[in-house]
Amino acid sequence: MQTLRRKDILGLEEMSAEEITLILETARSMREIMQRKIKKVPTLRGRSVLNLFYEPSTRTKASFELAQKYMSADSVSVAGTSSSLVKGETLKDTVRNVEVMGIECVIMRHPASGSSHYLAHNVEASVINAGDGMHEHPTQGLLDMFTILDKKGRLEELKVAIVGDIRHSRVARSNLWGMQKMGAEVVVAGPPTLMPPDLTAFGVKAFPNVEEAVENADVVMALRLQKERQEGGLFPSLREYSELYGLTPQRISGAKEDVLIMHPGPMNRGVEISSELADGPRSIILEQVTSGVAVRMALLYLLLGGTKEE
Amino acid sequence: MKPLLIKEGRVIDPSRKFDGQADILISEGKIQAVEKNLKPSPETEVIDAAGLIVMPGLIDMHVHLRDPGYEYKEDIFSGARAAAAGGFTAVAAMANTDPVSDDPSVIGYIHDRAARAAVRVYPLGALTKGLEGKELAELGRMKQAGAVGFSDDGKPVVNGTIMRNALLYASGIDTLVIAHEEDSHLASGGMMHEGPVSSVLGLRGIPSAAEETMLARDLMLLKLTGGRLHIAHVSTAGSVDLLRRAKGEGLAVTAEVTPHHLLLTDRAVKNSGYHTNTKVNPPLRSEHDRQSLWEGLLDGTIDAIASDHAPHHADDKDVEFDFAPFGIAGLEITLPLMLDEFTSGRIKKLTLPLLVEKMSTSPATILGIAGGSLRPGSPADITIADLAQSLTVNPEAWHSKSGNTPFAGRRLAGAPVYTIVSGMVVMKEGVLTE
Repeated sequence: MQTLRRKDILGLEEMSAEEITLILETARSMREIMQRKIKKVPTLRGRSVLNLFYEPSTRTKASFELAQKYMSADSVSVAGTSSSLVKGETLKDTVRNVEVMGIECVIMRHPASGSSHYLAHNVEASVINAGDGMHEHPTQGLLDMFTILDKKGRLEELKVAIVGDIRHSRVARSNLWGMQKMGAEVVVAGPPTLMPPDLTAFGVKAFPNVEEAVENADVVMALRLQKERQEGGLFPSLREYSELYGLTPQRISGAKEDVLIMHPGPMNRGVEISSELADGPRSIILEQVTSGVAVRMALLYLLLGGTKEE
Repeated sequence: MKPLLIKEGRVIDPSRKFDGQADILISEGKIQAVEKNLKPSPETEVIDAAGLIVMPGLIDMHVHLRDPGYEYKEDIFSGARAAAAGGFTAVAAMANTDPVSDDPSVIGYIHDRAARAAVRVYPLGALTKGLEGKELAELGRMKQAGAVGFSDDGKPVVNGTIMRNALLYASGIDTLVIAHEEDSHLASGGMMHEGPVSSVLGLRGIPSAAEETMLARDLMLLKLTGGRLHIAHVSTAGSVDLLRRAKGEGLAVTAEVTPHHLLLTDRAVKNSGYHTNTKVNPPLRSEHDRQSLWEGLLDGTIDAIASDHAPHHADDKDVEFDFAPFGIAGLEITLPLMLDEFTSGRIKKLTLPLLVEKMSTSPATILGIAGGSLRPGSPADITIADLAQSLTVNPEAWHSKSGNTPFAGRRLAGAPVYTIVSGMVVMKEGVLTE
């Protein structure tokens, strides 16, 4: 199997369709391991990984940790305290200290956009961005594509509508880059105040009207309304947001019959998505989580260049 | 002090619209004569300036010397040495120190230390007490103590009434108000220029409108009050348009632009991989803005080039982009950067007399200070540059205590070779004489 010719996974913007394909194909073999009774291979035995989370996370952290365990890597997880605190240890010092203990790969989630770039410049270890501010969340983008691929068999020429708080969403940014590289048509929808100020670089169309955006869509992805990142005054109330933009079966009735419903989690039920839709037959929200482990196993394997022992 | 004769240089003096070969005789700290074929007396020291550019000493009207309070970033002496090395004979130091220069005693402190510094350091006082934008600082008493203008630079004056009163009061004591134009609500949380690049990078944006709305307000206020208003670090195309119109209407407004806004765009943030040395306020704007700034500079809408030298210690900048302070240090390379633009021919209408006007004559006029001219009787503040000399930007070798520049590693054609203050050579071929 090939390996990735890069030290770090910082975003999907800089990744080629070939690299994405390689990761998704590798993830497929990783999922086979997950379906075994004994979910453990010695591939990364003796390799060490640091999980450094400066923001809370359930899915991403658990899935990285499980991926490490299934691959027999040794790992340590640290909840960082925000380096914005003047007296706190800097990010650079934190990681350099752990690096000299033999860490070869750092998985980091951080509230500041670009922090994974900063880290990657400053350490020898590989860096996997597990979400940096409002910039990118590449492993989420990869697992979303993996899940769609699994259900639809392709990404080319699928229409994907991403709905909600695009402005603050690193998931949206990674998906916009990744899915378009893989040939999908992506549109975004939501109130104009929750769109990034300028979408020209992404080359996608933004709709203020959800019904219009989801017309004929093969995939509809709801995004979490990021209450913690709102700067105030972007929309009047949760009630109004839910009424005008929340995804319900009626609102997406113009989508294709076999539309897939996705959400990166954690969900605000009844706000950006109704429970009826989230728990309904078209929902693949839990499959997304399963894919997450496989994709992260694939990335660890490809980055740490595991010697093939299976 | 021995008399000094600068022989056979290309003398450029915008104050007298002179551009030609001449000798300059200096004694007693003053320019005695600017003529061809001046003969040195036996004790006269001679500088052979053949092939070199001789100009009135450059004046950087917008620097942060961090003294008092942040001497680990810069102090008056290191800042003045950086200025001398960069070909500046005078700088005007902003008031956002700690304590804030909002009081005659702090102005006096800067003034006293300036007397022992390598170049002239003019203090600028705060416009409002503590830079808080609430109460006027003692402009009159600070002026008596040596302040040459007043600004809350680093922060806008949010309250329109305070700004109106500041302009009106300043007009009564004939002093200059320098405005940092930014609507702090529109700019709130912003890290870089708002546009396609900030959208991709996921960094909160500072829209051009944050500067333009505030500038428009202050121009309207100036109509109401009279007096003199100078706009610091203009960064957007819209601001250039507003200024052009205001000048057309005869308002007494002047403006400056920084080399980094003339030379870089928001792409630098992305291309550098979020390097914090590209984080500056106002932010590096779009290519359209950058082009408009050049147009404004060339057509006279923008009067001056100033570095907005904002030194920060490496430790302060060596953090995540969100957490780094704003600012670029530029005293040592402002002239080389501008000379390089000239020698490269990238800007077709750019001439050396225009550069000298923007970096010497205009700042002197705006601040109402000596200098900016080679007229006999003027103080002998002179900068000599060599277009044939090139340098690679190396902040490690700077005299400034800080090296936060996005230009590190750039090769530039054109460098200062002499800085002369009051007839004393303070820098010769890159080496400071003290």
